[in-house]
Amino acid sequence: RRTTRGLIKQNKLVRAAALLILCSGFSLLCGCRGEVPPKPTGGVTIVPPIKPDNGPQAYPEAEKSNLPVFTMDYPRIQIPFEITLWMLLASFAKIGFHVYHKITIWVPESCLLISIGLIVGAIMHSVHEEPPAVLTSNVFFLYMLPPIVLDSGYFMPTRIMLHLVLWFAVVGTLWNSIGIGMSLFAICQIEAFGVQDINLQENLLFASIISAVDPVAVLNVFEDVNVNEQLYIVVFGECLFNDAVTVVLYNMFSFVAEMPVVEPVDVFLGVARFFVVGLGGMGFGILFGFVAAFTTRFTSKVREIEPLFIFMYSYLAYLVAELFAISSIMAIVTCALTMKYYVEENVSQRSCTTIRHVVKMLGSISETLIFFFLGVVTITTEHEWNWGYILFTLLFAFVWRGLGVLVLTQIINPFRTIPFNLKDQFGLAYGGLRGAISFALAFTLPDNIGRKQLFVTATIAIILFTVFLQGISIRPLIEFINVRRTNRNLGTINVEIHCRLMEHTIAGIEDLCGQWSHFYWKDKFMKFNNRILRRILIRDSRAESSIVALYKKLELQNAMEILDTVSGDISAAPSIVSLYEEKKSSAKPKKKFLAADLRNMHDILSKNMYKIRQRTVAYTNKHTLPNDSQTKEILIRRHTSIRRSLRPGSFQSTSHKYFSLPAGQSLDLKFPPARLSYTDDHETLSEVAYPTRRSRSGRPTRSSSRAMMPLRRLDTLTEAPSVDTVGDGGRITDHGVSRTNSSYSDSHVAPRRHLNSSNDNDSGSVDNLRNNHHEAPEEEEEPQPSSSSPVWAAEPRDGTTRNPLLRRPQWNPKKK
Amino acid sequence: MGSRASTLLREEEIEEIKKETGFSHSQITRLYSRFTSLDKGENGTLSREDFQRIPELAINPLGDRIINAFFPEGEDQVNFRGFMRTLAHFRPIEDNEKSKNPTASEPLNSRTNKLLFAFRLYDLDRDDKISRDELLQVLRMMVGVNISDEQLGSIADRTIQEADTNGDNSISFNEFIKVLEKVDVEQKMSIRFLH
Repeated sequence: RRTTRGLIKQNKLVRAAALLILCSGFSLLCGCRGEVPPKPTGGVTIVPPIKPDNGPQAYPEAEKSNLPVFTMDYPRIQIPFEITLWMLLASFAKIGFHVYHKITIWVPESCLLISIGLIVGAIMHSVHEEPPAVLTSNVFFLYMLPPIVLDSGYFMPTRIMLHLVLWFAVVGTLWNSIGIGMSLFAICQIEAFGVQDINLQENLLFASIISAVDPVAVLNVFEDVNVNEQLYIVVFGECLFNDAVTVVLYNMFSFVAEMPVVEPVDVFLGVARFFVVGLGGMGFGILFGFVAAFTTRFTSKVREIEPLFIFMYSYLAYLVAELFAISSIMAIVTCALTMKYYVEENVSQRSCTTIRHVVKMLGSISETLIFFFLGVVTITTEHEWNWGYILFTLLFAFVWRGLGVLVLTQIINPFRTIPFNLKDQFGLAYGGLRGAISFALAFTLPDNIGRKQLFVTATIAIILFTVFLQGISIRPLIEFINVRRTNRNLGTINVEIHCRLMEHTIAGIEDLCGQWSHFYWKDKFMKFNNRILRRILIRDSRAESSIVALYKKLELQNAMEILDTVSGDISAAPSIVSLYEEKKSSAKPKKKFLAADLRNMHDILSKNMYKIRQRTVAYTNKHTLPNDSQTKEILIRRHTSIRRSLRPGSFQSTSHKYFSLPAGQSLDLKFPPARLSYTDDHETLSEVAYPTRRSRSGRPTRSSSRAMMPLRRLDTLTEAPSVDTVGDGGRITDHGVSRTNSSYSDSHVAPRRHLNSSNDNDSGSVDNLRNNHHEAPEEEEEPQPSSSSPVWAAEPRDGTTRNPLLRRPQWNPKKK
Repeated sequence: MGSRASTLLREEEIEEIKKETGFSHSQITRLYSRFTSLDKGENGTLSREDFQRIPELAINPLGDRIINAFFPEGEDQVNFRGFMRTLAHFRPIEDNEKSKNPTASEPLNSRTNKLLFAFRLYDLDRDDKISRDELLQVLRMMVGVNISDEQLGSIADRTIQEADTNGDNSISFNEFIKVLEKVDVEQKMSIRFLH
């Protein structure tokens, strides 16, 4: 059956992957040999005998050297070659990793990367090779760190509760580093350990390197355990911020560490410098962000290089900040945040996708390389092991993290509507893995620090410990302590459905009341944004509100995806043929429901019902693009309800069984609201506009069987002539549908007028409209996006000005 | 923020709303400033578009229905009183209210009224019955694309079967109340409004 076949396939894949890994490892190994070996090795086949360029022998026949048919110059390409091989190896490992889904659940990805690094390191060590010394301080800070931080900044969700996240990420890390540093310094005083030469500053520096946590492994677990959404946000925020915070703290403490004597005034200056550095970085970031946004306003003719601007400007922000020794991390993060909002409206959809993918890819590459290098270095370098210091480091890291979480939570819990309970705190504390940045920072410590090797060893130890031990054990632990409250005999299906309904309602009302944001300032900023910023920075801030452009983008994107997914069935009504034939057996035994059926139902519901506020939970993994499929599904459905609401008579309460939209025209929404927004006599305006458009469409269209909606109704389009086009609160999500959503929420202005009565048709009888969706992509090729017009607009009121062009053949509704 | 709002909202109005809904003074002013920030047309009423501009509502599966609940039958604008009246359903039930004047009309946030709110999310045509179709519609909204229509139909059938006591193949309000009698509706349908 399918499953065994799947298993066989998986086995084949695993074998293939293993073979590939071995091959690349082997070729890497051969490559690592630096100089060309005198005899050909297994990975290299040479037909004619070669003369090595740097052979020690003196060739007497140098004067009459034959034209070399085949030469090999390994040292020239050595470094890029090895880096590429490493990347490839790590990527193969990732493919192999995901073959078994179960592995990804239990083992965090950093484990895997480090393991591969360890394996390769072992291979290299066994042949006495050294890893190429590429990881220098410059390389790290200038080439490897920016992509990682750009990744964090670009995908930062705007819904993130900044004060909460900063509280844990920044204050927590500070607490950790100072605590660990102090206690390690105390340990150093004990003679037995022999580390008395490490002074306080160096201890603090070391502590700052290892104190930032990257709880990425916890995210997956939390999602499955259905934790409190705010906790999820805190954890995710910590993931994002940990890199930035580590580097900032590291810079601060290294500055301090270099000073021979620290006076109280220096501490004060240090704090002041911290603020200057931080705020300066933000300022630079915002500046570059705006410049980038402004540039993209003019790039409509050079779409191919649009993504380049994003990367160049962010990188430039980073470098310029480095030039002035202010916080480059803050600069690049703020630049990404600022830029993203405006740029995603200016650039084309493809550029947007490209940018997102490349940002993710670059960040992933950097992090992979660092972890890989960690594994290799673990085996191949000389370690300085000091039992006392290292064990106490581990102990203190653990203890201070736990204490920190405890204290911080106690301080803020009184201010919160949903306090974090002990289980949450445990998850937060235990999930504190260390990230790649720690290793890179330790490895690139300046050499004037006496016990640098000890620090490197200790950092490696703590990373390995937390990643492997804590990373693998966190899932069982949290699942154990978080015994699910949902017990199976919650009883009836009724209860399950109605409770979920109530939860969604509450979430909706909370969002409506703006419980989460201090909307006053946000509102003021949005007003400023709309009036001034958008006009300057966005190319055509009015066209964005055009429903046509919006629907085209969103629909095309979604329609393609739906066609791609084999099992998607977005139909609403029972008329669409179900794609699940297996379940036919349970088809409508009208009265009898066995216990097995009930269990099935509970299962189906619990797996498929939408979670609350999926937008936040979409950010499950730092290594993947956010999963916004739920959002897209919901939006697709509402699109058709919008469509339907534009039909005439849609605000009547009877259910509609007929098509209202012409076939194949679903992609082209009918009228740009810009044309309709300003006058009151819309009917004349729109009717004038339409005949020209409609004549271009040669497609047979259907007219609704209802009375036509008097067009005057449309005058309540409050689409303001001003640039108040982005909805209050702007973005719905930051990804995927974000750029279209911003105008989507606003373009709702037009169609959502009368959902009162169309609500009942929300998902009811849209069957045939859905069919249109599937046809849609073929129709995409139609040159004029807005060449078709709504049926209702076609029919004039009272049938007086009947234009023969407007008449449409009746469609036989495809009722079920 | 508070001062700006309360200059536009008269004290006696606040008092009336307080009496009708039970919100406190500061809650009312806070919600009023939210109301005005949503009200783009600045005409003292909200239309459906104003609600739809809230992005989180757009991706709430029940967004349309929730918005619809604010508008009384057939109307397209809601003023602040109506806004507060709807929100009052979600006020937590306080113990001291239970023993208040028993002859007074039922407060808006009573258990029955909370259930009625939820019931009306299903029952759009206000015929006091949740028909199979209405149930299916809401189910479809709440569920992903991977459920076939047949499965959903069975679930709907089962739901009606469980709740229906008088055999009319639909769920009346009383049957709805009965089916949820063990559920802590007071807590589930309550929001802690900020001051």
